[in-house]
Amino acid sequence: MRRFAELLDRLLLTPSRNAKLTLMAGHFRDAPDPDRGLALAALTGNLAFAAVKPALLKGLIAERMDPVLFAYSYDYVGDLAETVSLVWPGSAEGAGEDDLPLASVVAALHGASRSDAGRVLAGLLDRLDPGSRFAVIKLVTGGLRVGVSARLAKQALADYGGVDVHDIEEIWHGLEPPYAPLFAWLDGRGPKPERAAPALFRPVMLANPVADGDLDRLLPQDYAAEWKWDGIRAQAVREDGRIRLYSRSGDEISAAFPDLVEAMDFTGGPAGGPDGGPDGALDGELLVGRPPEHVGTFSDLQQRLNRKTVSAKTLRDHPVFMRCYDLLLDGGEDLRALPFAMRRARLERFVARLDPARFDLSPLVAFAGWDDIAARRRDPPHPIVEGVMLKRLDSPYLPGRPKGPWFKWKRDPRVIDAVLMYAQRGHGKRSSFYSDYTFGVWKGEALVPVGKAYFGFTDAELRQIDKFVRDNTVERFGPVRVVRAEPRHGLVLEVAFEGLARSSRHKSGVAMRFPRIARLRWDKPPEEADQLATLEAMLDG
Amino acid sequence: MQPHDLLHPRPQGLYCPPGDFFIDPVRPVARALVTHGHSDHARPGHDHVLATRQTLDIMALRYGENFAGATQAVRYGETVSVNGVAVSFHPAGHVLGSAQIAVERDGLRIVASGDYKRAPDPTCAPFEPVACDVFITEATFGLPVFTHPPAGEEAAKLLRSMARFPDRAHLVGAYALGKAQRVIRLAREAGYDRPVHIHGALAKLCAYYQAQGIDLGRLEPATLEAGAKDDFAGALVVGPPSAFADRWARRFPDPVSCFASGWMRIRQRVRQRGVELPLIVSDHCDWEELTRTIRDTGAAEVWVTHGREEAVVRWCELAGIDARPLHLVGYEDEAE
Repeated sequence: MRRFAELLDRLLLTPSRNAKLTLMAGHFRDAPDPDRGLALAALTGNLAFAAVKPALLKGLIAERMDPVLFAYSYDYVGDLAETVSLVWPGSAEGAGEDDLPLASVVAALHGASRSDAGRVLAGLLDRLDPGSRFAVIKLVTGGLRVGVSARLAKQALADYGGVDVHDIEEIWHGLEPPYAPLFAWLDGRGPKPERAAPALFRPVMLANPVADGDLDRLLPQDYAAEWKWDGIRAQAVREDGRIRLYSRSGDEISAAFPDLVEAMDFTGGPAGGPDGGPDGALDGELLVGRPPEHVGTFSDLQQRLNRKTVSAKTLRDHPVFMRCYDLLLDGGEDLRALPFAMRRARLERFVARLDPARFDLSPLVAFAGWDDIAARRRDPPHPIVEGVMLKRLDSPYLPGRPKGPWFKWKRDPRVIDAVLMYAQRGHGKRSSFYSDYTFGVWKGEALVPVGKAYFGFTDAELRQIDKFVRDNTVERFGPVRVVRAEPRHGLVLEVAFEGLARSSRHKSGVAMRFPRIARLRWDKPPEEADQLATLEAMLDG
Repeated sequence: MQPHDLLHPRPQGLYCPPGDFFIDPVRPVARALVTHGHSDHARPGHDHVLATRQTLDIMALRYGENFAGATQAVRYGETVSVNGVAVSFHPAGHVLGSAQIAVERDGLRIVASGDYKRAPDPTCAPFEPVACDVFITEATFGLPVFTHPPAGEEAAKLLRSMARFPDRAHLVGAYALGKAQRVIRLAREAGYDRPVHIHGALAKLCAYYQAQGIDLGRLEPATLEAGAKDDFAGALVVGPPSAFADRWARRFPDPVSCFASGWMRIRQRVRQRGVELPLIVSDHCDWEELTRTIRDTGAAEVWVTHGREEAVVRWCELAGIDARPLHLVGYEDEAE
């Protein structure tokens, strides 16, 4: 347990991606089975226990220590899990030989029901050192938050075994913790695990952003252009009677989109596979709306994201469909080695047979040259378009982000000049800084708040803003300070954002998507900041 | 005599009226008793300083031979009379030469702990509890959240990281007096036998520790003249924490920034400092040591100074011991 706890701490504190890979690969090398497999499961989000709520944790500690001393402690540390891990009575440190294996901890937690989760947790905490206690609490409260994606953990696994990460992604969904056959293969002690189940995820092909000068070296006639849709990337697979919908990282999201999954029998498609069914694997964008006339914005799509279950009303008001741009499997045939142009022709035939309310084609955009497509990119036909995609006509479908065949060319973000109105202290390493900013624009003589941003600035700029906030505080409400914001005195922030929607929850009536601080305009007096009318003219749709 | 008549705070420091001396004064005074060599406790410019030989040596190294008008060395356990007040110095286990100071008159004994710790430290004499009526304790880590792990485990963690990242230099921030030497000694005890590179600010004190019989092994200056940048790949480098924000640190290849301090127990502190590998090594007591020591002294009354006074006072209340915060100015909260 200690080595696992140490791994989590180091991952949390290590900013470098390469160093994180080294730490994880090292752990896969040093930790025994099944602990390393369980560590992998924890890092990829495949360990789940009866959830422990903060109230339960507070109750456990209240039975064990003076409430005043706990209050001082919690106030100082700021994080409940960390505070409890440190003040839990009984120091188990130095009892090195008694360290509990991760497997025992996981087994105990798996054995716990909702009603005795507290008792089981307390029993574990009694036997662990503070670092391990913290790790256990993080496991049961959900969310390790160590800055590692499932994809990065799989990359570390690939580094450890000296294999390609796509080989791991392809078989990943047939595997279960603690992944003994997978490690046996990576250690050279066993065969590569079979793609045990059909309808597995196929690692997706990603595009590189267009950088200055990239296009000068390329011929426009070698490329096809499409709109870049601002939805979520998805892969719809039907294979041998099994149907699965995946996110771009290979997580299964079928349960959240029953309306789309229902249409995924691909009826009308070519027979393939052992059951003779119409197999296929479509790559495309999940969007909300009723194609082709009505396509919702990203804020509409958000009604459907991060939900475990969906109500009938949501299904009716926010139906999803897939705008398809690639075909990886057609009948029993793997198309990935074919050039884009040939896959595209097969895709068009494939999609033509599907329910048009659930599947449509992402159209190709004809263009005369780079200048022409650049102009279209700046002036897209629909707010859900966030730029253009350029795909080389002769490119096979390669997993990962190969340099050259696919480019994404995003529309420039929209910017406004707004005035800093309120500042709030941040969390974690920013807890001594005023780092969360509410900004506003002018509506007549008054400022109305239009959004909040807490990134986009450098550490040096953060210190400057923090000083400005402290020097110009008008009023305080807990962690929030009201900052001086007058026509001739205040701080103007250039705010960049991706989209703007009407919102009844905001006083200004608008809500920004992905706002961030683009520049600090120390040079600009607040009276020259933008008007609300300017913002309203930018509304989507 | 009331305790307050024997010792009480003044702006210059803790003052003893009958003995007419100050303990660890922060401004120049006629007569100073100094617990240990850290710069917030040991300052130059006093007319007369009474301290252990090692503390006097350390002050001379830091401030020059003429740091005081006159000095007087005292051995651990020896009683010296200062204007009729019996004064004795006892090991505090904090850094080399560190002492608690017991002040006694008319059967009333107050012990001023200075900074102290109970955890084993191969670089200084271990703390000895001194029975007393009033115990003045520091409270740098006076919160139940501070639990210092055995220092040997932290050294092992450092060596594990060095094995995992053999091409990177490990830069350990450690205060020049005490912590730096302890970290080096801990690395030696954990089996590290290659040369340790040290920042110039540590050179004199490390040499002094070595001369006092504390084996730090082979030390080399962490200067570019000593080698090219690549020579520091895989190196262990120890320097004062402030140096790591400095251009000095740029000479090391892809360094792993480490910091040896009791504060490293709190993740938020670790992240604030941008530390990648926290080493929880402290020269102060953790909560368990603090509360155990208060009981060990048998004191009926406890005065709590620099640090988290409120939590220690609360603990004393629950334990039925009279306690109050003693507001002394001039000592660093960050002192480690």
